[in-house]
Amino acid sequence: MSLPRRAVLALVALPFAAAAQEDALAAAIREQVGDAAVEEGGITLRVPVVAENGGQVPITVLVDSPQTAAQHVTAIHLFATRNPTPGIASFRLTPLLARAEVQTRIRLAEDQRIVVLAQMNDGTVRRAAAEIRVTTGGCLS
Amino acid sequence: MSGSLSTPRIRAPRSARAGEPVEIRLLIEHPMETGLRQEGGRVVPRDLLNRLVVRVNGEVALQAELRNGTSANPYHVFFLRLDRTSDVEFTWTDERGRSARASARITVA
Repeated sequence: MSLPRRAVLALVALPFAAAAQEDALAAAIREQVGDAAVEEGGITLRVPVVAENGGQVPITVLVDSPQTAAQHVTAIHLFATRNPTPGIASFRLTPLLARAEVQTRIRLAEDQRIVVLAQMNDGTVRRAAAEIRVTTGGCLS
Repeated sequence: MSGSLSTPRIRAPRSARAGEPVEIRLLIEHPMETGLRQEGGRVVPRDLLNRLVVRVNGEVALQAELRNGTSANPYHVFFLRLDRTSDVEFTWTDERGRSARASARITVA
């Protein structure tokens, strides 16, 4: 039996690569929100189901908040689960915004889940996620 | 690589009503090179804009920390709440400390 050397390497490396990606994601999340408890919901996340061009994927994040001095979103963090590195962007918000909404364009190397975390001024953290299929990967590597 | 960043493009209304959400659209041309990409067997050097700051009358309204996953030619849309005529200033900075600035005056009736 003679598997090509490259194939063997790929088989051995794959689980490690996936585990490393998960570790990098967990570390990136911890760096932003620490060990705060995270609750699902309270975020509207608009992304395409299929992105033709992974280099320019539109994303809209709208957090349910009056965005007043008393009650507002202080940060929105975007993470990629299967890019070479998980960081996409972090936004620091203030009550000078009319609503807790940010629209941008992101890069996705392949099919994956996007994770969004929103930090509120009372210290709570909300989470939302969406799966995106990518036809042509964004030129990350 | 040239010594300065490109001129940003801004879409903001000239006037708005007090309290009503004011949509701001920003686009700046930039390759956002991750340093991971290869071209002709060579690594393209990392070149990233890492910060965007929006100030309203000198006070920070929105700050963005941009990383690898932000697309080339970073594009951002958000909504300001203005209660008086305001000067809005936008500043992009790259990892080498170079910056690009733009501003808009929005009259509030």
